[in-house]
Amino acid sequence: MNIQIRNIYKIFGKKPEAQLAKVKDGMGKDDLLDATGHTLGLDNISLDIDAGQIFVIMGLSGSGKSTLIRHFNRLIEPTDGHIMVDGNDVMAMNDQELEDFRRHKISMVFQRFGLFPHKTVLENTAYGLQVQGLGQAERDKKANYWLEQVGLKGFESQHPHQLSGGMQQRVGLARALTTDPEILLMDEAFSALDPLIRREMQDQLLDLQKSLNKTIVFITHDLDEALRLGDKIAILRDGKLVQTGSPEEILLSPADDYVQAFIQDVNRARVLTAGHVLQPAKLTVTLKSQPAQVLELIRSNGTDYACVLDGRHLKGLITQLDAQRACQEQADSLHNYLSAVHTVHCDTELEQVLPELLTRHGAPIAVTDNDGQFEGWVSREKLIALVA
Amino acid sequence: MFPELFSTRELRKTIDGSVDWLVTEYADSFEALTQPFLTLLIWLEQLLRGAPWWSVILVIAGLSFAASRNWLMSAGMATLLFFIGALGLWDQGMQTLALMLVATGLSVTIGIPIGILMASYDRFRKVMLPLLDVMQTMPSFVYLIPVVMLFGLGKVPAIFATIIYAVPPLIRLTDLGIRLVDPDVLEASRAFGANRRQQMLGVQLPLALPNIMAGINQTTMMALAMVVVASMIGARGLGQEVLIGINRLEVGRGLLAGLAIVALAILFDRVTQSLGQRLSAGQKDAS
Repeated sequence: MNIQIRNIYKIFGKKPEAQLAKVKDGMGKDDLLDATGHTLGLDNISLDIDAGQIFVIMGLSGSGKSTLIRHFNRLIEPTDGHIMVDGNDVMAMNDQELEDFRRHKISMVFQRFGLFPHKTVLENTAYGLQVQGLGQAERDKKANYWLEQVGLKGFESQHPHQLSGGMQQRVGLARALTTDPEILLMDEAFSALDPLIRREMQDQLLDLQKSLNKTIVFITHDLDEALRLGDKIAILRDGKLVQTGSPEEILLSPADDYVQAFIQDVNRARVLTAGHVLQPAKLTVTLKSQPAQVLELIRSNGTDYACVLDGRHLKGLITQLDAQRACQEQADSLHNYLSAVHTVHCDTELEQVLPELLTRHGAPIAVTDNDGQFEGWVSREKLIALVA
Repeated sequence: MFPELFSTRELRKTIDGSVDWLVTEYADSFEALTQPFLTLLIWLEQLLRGAPWWSVILVIAGLSFAASRNWLMSAGMATLLFFIGALGLWDQGMQTLALMLVATGLSVTIGIPIGILMASYDRFRKVMLPLLDVMQTMPSFVYLIPVVMLFGLGKVPAIFATIIYAVPPLIRLTDLGIRLVDPDVLEASRAFGANRRQQMLGVQLPLALPNIMAGINQTTMMALAMVVVASMIGARGLGQEVLIGINRLEVGRGLLAGLAIVALAILFDRVTQSLGQRLSAGQKDAS
């Protein structure tokens, strides 16, 4: 489900509507507070979030990010603006429709977990289904499945206070996934966890997302986390949107000094992965191609080599010289003339790609996706531009 | 001298007049209205007094074990009841026990819903808070007079006076308990689409339970404190023994009845407290 946020304003105070015109005329946060005693929470926020995307909203505390995420499911009502989910206006929903929307389409993971202390882990996980009115047996079945997915099998009858912070948040995640929502809101979901556990949880989320393909809105104040998780990142400051873009765009062309200050200390080689420096193969041939044909293709493309695929898997390289040799020896297949290629996973951090590239004296490094399918080559130019 | 702003004599007369009018016009219907409570109380009293003393002790011991899961406490409660019997006050003790049970039961059915409403609606809370202050501080004799005029002497006005005096802490603690529920947890239940009823029954009330149980405990204690006053308007039982002791200057009679009241108080207190502790512990350990 895609989400569109259009011109959201949120003003906190006694009579927010009365101040709306002033804010729309350009009155800033400080002036508004001095003049009227109202706090400007969100100032004309518009966002487009595509289905299946992890969309990260980042900002320091007080930037309005937690306020913003609560607008998606209307835990907080905007002073003005529209929220469209799959073309439906969330703002137009009545109480009943809103409850239905929250029960089936959207769920949330909280910074401080928000688990029910009087319920067991299993009951907590099944809470969304209980609210939906599902029977006990089906509830438990689904909750058990998701508890197993997040690695909490065996803890079903414990109470939240008996678990560590990381495990509690796994319960929070399982609870959010059990209703099988299309949108997942994560409000600083990993911020309260220690760095090791946080990284583990991030990996788990990315792992789950590969098979789930949910639309995830993720709030964080941690740029490393934002870059690691986000397909797209929006940066918020004092209730205003400063920049929206892909991690590369944020890193490579920060919109202003604020963003610049944010990204200053980021170790890009640790944040960016081989997938970020991908360049598509110029020339691919299949294992069944005739050597003569291949040689012709290589020559006409003006390259030194071609990638040889079997289906979507990379078999190796055929260089121009080897292709020539194959032709001379009248071979009917490229099979015996291939040279091996070093491959890395697209999630591999540049930090690990870099030494490979340096020790291989310019030999190309192939990038594969999770199923081992060939995606392209590591681009030296892109890599240098990103890391340097 | 403070200047007379208006005639208080007139005001008093008006109040007297309207109470008189209320009594002449509606006393019968009020009495009819309260008949079910009277029936309940008399039935319970007959039951407690009619049953063999050892069976009552056994039932109370069983109840306190159910509440505390502690044999030692259960035995202690049985000893307290035995003590009341040993003082020769078994019959009066049972009358008071019946009155307490009915008054506490009614307080719970009135107090918890009012507490919920107060926690849910700020306006209602603003109205209720001063009213609760009045109920707790107004000398009980002030409202005993009109209550007796309306309902006549006997058990019903005693129940009413007891409830008016004893229910405020339960209302306050229910309200407080619901308000103290972690807003993060409540927000989580809203985020999953829980409606008002699901939020209240599934999250707010269970989490407020320790406070509500403390409220019930306070209510029973205050109800016992009203025993002597209630006996002045015709509720018999231990309070009446104390009164007789005062009237006849029999210190011994008064003291023994007083000790029996204390024994009942300890019994109510320990049972409700251990029930409260077990219920709130159930939120943490396996329940």
